[in-house]
Amino acid sequence: MERHLSEAASTPLSRRRLLELIGAAAGGSAMYRAMTSLGFAAESSWRGPIRLEGDPKGASVVVLGAGLAGMTAAYELGRAGYQVQVLEYNARAGGRNWSIRGGDVYAELGGATQTCAFDEGLYLNPGPWRIPYHHHAILDYCRRFGVTLEPFIQLNHNALLHSTKAFDGRAQRIREVKADFEGAIAELLAKATRKGALDEAVSKEDQEILLEALRYHGGLDRDFRYRAGEDSAEFRGYARNPGGGLSARPVDGEPIGTHEILTSRLWRGLQNFSSYDFQTTMFQPAGGMGRIGEAFARQIPNAIRYRAKVTGIHQDERGVNITFEDRGDGAIQQARADWCVCALPLTILGQLPVNVSAAMKAAIDAVPYASVVKTGLQFKRRFWEEDEHIFGGISYTDLPIRQIAYPSAGMNAGGKGVLLGGYTWEGPNAYELTAMSPAERIQVALDCGAQIHPQYLSEFETGVSVAWHRVPFTLGCAGEWSDEARRDHYDDLCQIDGRIVLAGEHASYLPAWQEGAILSALDAITRLHSKVLAI
Amino acid sequence: MGPIRMRRLSRQRIRRASAVCAAVLFPAAASAQGLSSMSQGWVFGEQGGEALYAHVCAGCHQPDAKGAVGAASYPALADDRNLASAEYVETQLFSGRRAMPALGRMMSDQQAADVINYVRAHFGNDYRDEVSAADIEAARRQSGSAP
Repeated sequence: MERHLSEAASTPLSRRRLLELIGAAAGGSAMYRAMTSLGFAAESSWRGPIRLEGDPKGASVVVLGAGLAGMTAAYELGRAGYQVQVLEYNARAGGRNWSIRGGDVYAELGGATQTCAFDEGLYLNPGPWRIPYHHHAILDYCRRFGVTLEPFIQLNHNALLHSTKAFDGRAQRIREVKADFEGAIAELLAKATRKGALDEAVSKEDQEILLEALRYHGGLDRDFRYRAGEDSAEFRGYARNPGGGLSARPVDGEPIGTHEILTSRLWRGLQNFSSYDFQTTMFQPAGGMGRIGEAFARQIPNAIRYRAKVTGIHQDERGVNITFEDRGDGAIQQARADWCVCALPLTILGQLPVNVSAAMKAAIDAVPYASVVKTGLQFKRRFWEEDEHIFGGISYTDLPIRQIAYPSAGMNAGGKGVLLGGYTWEGPNAYELTAMSPAERIQVALDCGAQIHPQYLSEFETGVSVAWHRVPFTLGCAGEWSDEARRDHYDDLCQIDGRIVLAGEHASYLPAWQEGAILSALDAITRLHSKVLAI
Repeated sequence: MGPIRMRRLSRQRIRRASAVCAAVLFPAAASAQGLSSMSQGWVFGEQGGEALYAHVCAGCHQPDAKGAVGAASYPALADDRNLASAEYVETQLFSGRRAMPALGRMMSDQQAADVINYVRAHFGNDYRDEVSAADIEAARRQSGSAP
């Protein structure tokens, strides 16, 4: 029953319709100002497809790194009339935009090599794996480049919250934790209100509305109690679901007690569903996140030189010289261009000889990279769906794997499936996992996961694990900006330094998001283009 | 910034943590069977230089301390003349640099002293002037990363 939405205030003239009228009457810029004042456009620096107007007169640009930042720059500069070449360390485009599929071979630093044995159509996204609806730039490129998107299920009320320190290690349903936590708060607040504890803060009239809202939102009964019954069951679900015929009558479940739910700390997991970055709708490309990098690469045919390891960047008054090693034959080569967009991770750039200002150099060295480990596990059958009715979504745990994410595609179709069996971001466990072999990481993922889903023991087939500090092309996952480093260095990092400008998620306020990489590239080439035209 | 502050995630940190990844707010948990060597919470559980090296440092610098090479490299700590200065190692451990996060912030003073002494006396290094937990406390204060 969607009782929250049905009575939502409706305005006679929708905001979008109003904007259309303003746009038609006054032109785009007036509409944009209106949009901003209505809080519509201000949520992103995305301004629609970039338009680099004016003739660069054949100016050339060398782009370092064929990740999303580098390829965005290469694509847009090429369209604006620049001669563009891209140097890429890997034999594929995409960088951290990457999916590992059956047959793929991945060698990590330290020498361990994994050959992925996933079945056809199954994959692990070792890096980015979901796209928020408010990441306008990447969504627009997906639309323009024909990348098919599908919903990414972030919140599944039937997935689990698990703590080894609560409920004897038994995982709890998200819907029950959420409903019972919110129900308990509503009951307590209703009690306080009715005892007059809020008389100084809230008027009598508003208290009446507050009580109504608490009952309505919290699943309280007519006496403002949160207890087993039809009011709470509407939120938390039933001990036995309503059915048909003689077995039809539902049985209400007993809510978890307030003390139990508070001390379990399971409510911490609910934050993963309410923060802006994770609100619905989220997306994923059908077939793996790597589809985006592949689509970008198709837009810049012949521009990317693969297996090129950059070893030096030197600028002079007239251009930029790049020294690189052909990883095929080991030959040292040079590339020369008027300008350079460097989209290498700072972990790589920081080790290269590069003549930029001391301020930019200090900025490059100021950002350590997060330690992150992801492990994908293929199972013979989709037991989470067949046995537990968990279709997509994420279970969170206090075990070192931190979470288990269920595939958002191929649901209810039977067959095999790949779980994200571990996703550990920073903290001691991320480093400990990194220090393990891939097989040991997979074993940890199995040992942890089996505590939540005992089916792991009989259904596991094969796995693949990526520890980002061992990834040869990044040496880390993403820029970990401290507030102090950002204050002291961020602007220096993003400035054009002579003929060089940096791009990437590290040069954005959306670190580790693909959107940050793209917006950073668009901002960098916009400034670069202005400089080129001014010369 | 130390373990305590790390547990109280700032908005910025939550945003970072959530980005590519999980915004999980649970501290790490009790060791289960097969996970017995892994830490709980935001401080490393390993004790002694050898264990800390093997379960933390070796992930990048490698078990033989010879480093690793990709698009860039992790420096070898074996036969490393930079290690002549204990302060140099302390700075790396508490301030971080490039790919290296400030791992010392997830170690106690004793753990940091142990792992520094260990690398300086192994892998072909023979620097016998040991640092103490008290030295680490002072260094930590200097780098602004008091626990």
